[in-house]
This record gives sequence, C-alpha cells and structure tokens, in this order.
Amino acid sequence: MLAPEQLADATGSGALAAAPAPRFRVSPAGVLIPTVSVAASLGLWELISRTNTISQHDLPAMSTSFSALWTLVQTGAFWTAFARTVRGWALGLAIATALAVPIGIVLGSFDLAGRAFRVPIEFLRPIPSAVLIPVLFLTLGTNLKSEVFLATFGAFWPLLVQTMYGVRDVDPLALDTGRSFGLSALERLTRITLPSCVPYIATGVRISSTVSLILAFTAELFMGIPGLGQKVNFASSFGQTDQVFAYAIAVGFLGLAIHLLFSALERRALRWHPSQRRGTS
Amino acid sequence: MTRRRALGLALEILVPVLILIAWQLWTAHAHTFKFPRLSTILVDFRHEYLFAKFGSDVIPSLERIFAGFGIATVAGVALGVPLGMSTTLRRFAIPHVEYWRAMPPPALLPISIILLHSIQNRQKIAFIAFFCLFPVLLNTMDAVRAIDPTLIDTARSYRVPWHQRILRLVLPSALPQIIAGMRNSLALAVIMMVLSEYWSSSSGVGYQLLISKNTFQFGPMWAAIILIGLLGYLLNVLFVLFEHRVLAWHRGWRAATPQ
Repeated sequence: MLAPEQLADATGSGALAAAPAPRFRVSPAGVLIPTVSVAASLGLWELISRTNTISQHDLPAMSTSFSALWTLVQTGAFWTAFARTVRGWALGLAIATALAVPIGIVLGSFDLAGRAFRVPIEFLRPIPSAVLIPVLFLTLGTNLKSEVFLATFGAFWPLLVQTMYGVRDVDPLALDTGRSFGLSALERLTRITLPSCVPYIATGVRISSTVSLILAFTAELFMGIPGLGQKVNFASSFGQTDQVFAYAIAVGFLGLAIHLLFSALERRALRWHPSQRRGTS
Repeated sequence: MTRRRALGLALEILVPVLILIAWQLWTAHAHTFKFPRLSTILVDFRHEYLFAKFGSDVIPSLERIFAGFGIATVAGVALGVPLGMSTTLRRFAIPHVEYWRAMPPPALLPISIILLHSIQNRQKIAFIAFFCLFPVLLNTMDAVRAIDPTLIDTARSYRVPWHQRILRLVLPSALPQIIAGMRNSLALAVIMMVLSEYWSSSSGVGYQLLISKNTFQFGPMWAAIILIGLLGYLLNVLFVLFEHRVLAWHRGWRAATPQ
C-alpha cells in the first residue's frame, strides 16, 4: 500500500529523518490565519454553490452539507456505522502490529532470515492492497473478517519494514556491551533492541494507522461491509448527494483525528531517542 | 564468511522459488475453482495481457497513472516552494493540507464523479493527481523550510534575483526530498488507479479485475492481480533507477563530506 515515507528518504540520512515536526507554533497569528483561512474557504464553498457556479445538485452548499451531517450525527445509525469503521481500523492496526513487530525483529536480527524473505517482501510491499478485494469477495465474504484482513494486510508492510530498519540500526556496541556483561539473549532483546526500535516502530504505527483506516473504509465502500463506507455507497447509489458530502466530511475528520493522535505519539517516542543516542556514543 | 554469503544468496533465490512451487502444488491439489493453478494463471496472463488487452487496458491505466502523477508533481513543487518559504502562506494552507491528506481517498470517489460528470480519463486523472499531490507537497514544503538560512541570506546579500535563488539554490537543495515524495506519490498513483477503475470505468486493468471477478473468470482475475502487482513493482524499480541518476551529484557530495 503506501510506501513508508521514511524509506523513501533519498537523503540517505536514516529512517528517522522524515519525522514530522510540528508545522506551526502557537502564536496569535498562528491561530488567527488558519481560522480565517478555514472560514474563507467554507464561505467560498457556500458562494460557489449558492450562485450555481457549480450546480447545487452536484455541489450541495456548505450549509446544506453540514446540516445533513448534523442530522446524521443525531441518529444512532450513524454512530453504529462510525463504531464499525473504527472497529475495523483498530483491529487491523492491532493485528498488523502484533504480527509485524515480532516478524520484523526476527528478520532484522538474523541476516540470513532477512535475505531469505527479501525478494517476497520487496514484491508484496508495493502491491496495492485493493487488488485483494475480489479475492476476499470469494473467500472470506462480505463481513468484518474481510475488512480486518484487508486493513491488516495494508498496515503490515510499513510496520514490518520500519521494525526491520529499527533493529538493524541498534548500536552494535551496546549489544556487545550487553553480551560481555552476561545479559541473556532475551534480556538483550527487551533491554537494548526493543527500546532502541521504539521510535522506528512509532513511525511505522503512525503510517500504518492511516493505511489501516483507508483500507477498512475501502472494504466497506467496495464490498458493502457495514460501516461508514457502506453508508457512502448507499448515499451515492440513491443520489443523496448531501449525504455523500456529509459522510465524506465525517470520514475526513476521523482520518484527521487518527493522524494527529499518532503523530503526537510518534513525537513523544522520538523525543526520548536522540538524548539516549547522545548518552551512548 | 564467504560461505555465509553464498548461503545468503542461495536463500534469496531459493525461497521465492519454493514459494511459487508451493503455490502451484497447493492449487493443483486443492481443486477449487477460486484458486486456479499458478500455471493456468500464467497461461491466462499471457493470453490476456501479452498483448491482446495491452493496448485497450494496460496503456490507458498507465496513461492515467503518469498524467496524474505528472500533474501532482508539478503542482506539488509549485505549491510547496512558496509554502516552504513563507510562514504566513503556510499558516493559511496548513488546515487544508492536514485535512485533505488525512481523508481516506475512496471517500472522494463518488464526489469526484458527481463533480466532474465523468468516469473517463478526466475523473481518473483528477482523482489520482489530487491524492498524489500531498507526498510531493509536504516533502517540498519541509525540504524548503530546512534549507540553511545562511545560504539564502548570502544569496540575498549578493543580490541574486529571486527567480535565480529559487532555481539555483532552493530547488537543488530540496531536490532529494522532493524525489522522495515523488516516489511515494508514484506508489500511490498505482493504488488510486486501481481504486478509481474498480469503482467505475470502461477500460483499464482495474476494470478488467472487476469484470473478470463479476463474470467468475478466476484465471483472468488472478492474472489481473499479478499484472497490477508487477506494475507497482516495476514502476518502483524504474523510479529508483531514475532517482539514482538524478541524485548522482548528491551522493557524490555526501560521500565527500565527512560525517
């Protein structure tokens, strides 16, 4: 699915180079300008639609779309669908993490294992997960299992690759020191390898959290599995354009919330890392 | 050590081969029409895509990928440079950029069709370009922001005109990261192509995938899956080669700089 951003870092300065920095500091202008910008674009949307620059049939006015959303959020059906999408996303991300991190540690620690699976991984990773939809129709069927499988499959690859890079980046001196102090392999894993990998895994989790949501939603939209995606599909089939827009707005906010949450988690994991590095070298 | 390296190489070749053999053996024994034999799939692949449907389906998909990717790259750099250089512009754009990049792309499939009145190239290319924009835009923005201010100030005090500053200083400094963004965008373009064609279209490999599934032609369906996988893989390989050429100066410079 999405190629991990960190791997694409052509500057060669390691997998941590592209860690997201907060893009603006809080200051009066830092609050005011974005607010004005959002208000202006919402106003522009209203204007384009009300003046029929784009027909209201195609582009429901901003106020129409948001009032449709307001009506929807007062229904239980909306929140059931919302909860189902979140469930698919969470299960996908959790299962992907539970699989990718241990496998990544094994493939990253043992050179031969890494080489043995290099070609299959390089081949499977860039495959768009969406091609599995027809296969899932035939095998698991239109249910939660398909949704979770798809989300897991997509979220697995960025996490796997990040973990492998993290393990390979562990300071060999620290490992040797641990060994000469008589730490067992298990202790070296839990006290040296895992803590050093945490920032890489955090980056992987951030990327995968987005991927998992996209694929959970895709499964619902394309396969008719209950959730927000299915609602969009119904609304678009029945030509309820205002609802199509309302659901898109809602999904956008869900995506934004997940992105902001996991970016914050990643920053926390990263803050710890450089100080640790400076201490050891 | 050399024995170990030889073992590594042998494993690297052997494991994929074993996986393929296992697939063939399993499908030959399973006798289920949903999973045709690998050999059957390959025959179907040759029959369908070498080159009967190459012109009618593979070429249109590639056109859409490259057109969308091209538009996204140009727009991403053109927007990313001013956004990286001006804090005010960045503050103005950030809410929009953050919202749209977090939007799951399929949510906009129905909207793109409604707004553009099209399920043809216009809608496909617009959809691909829109979502491929963000990796290039965000990477350009961050790279331009990260340029050493001393360099910019020096250029300014030597009265280098602004367009020369952008062309000779800003763009080359940002290039490695722009290219990193482009690589993500290209991978995304393949995904967006499949999604948009699978949702609604009348040609393309995503359309073939949908049609073969709906008509229970499982050999061609698997052939389409393999084709899309190959497409994603090969485009990535080609891009890495391109990157290697374009950034040759950058690697030489890095190698010469003591770390």
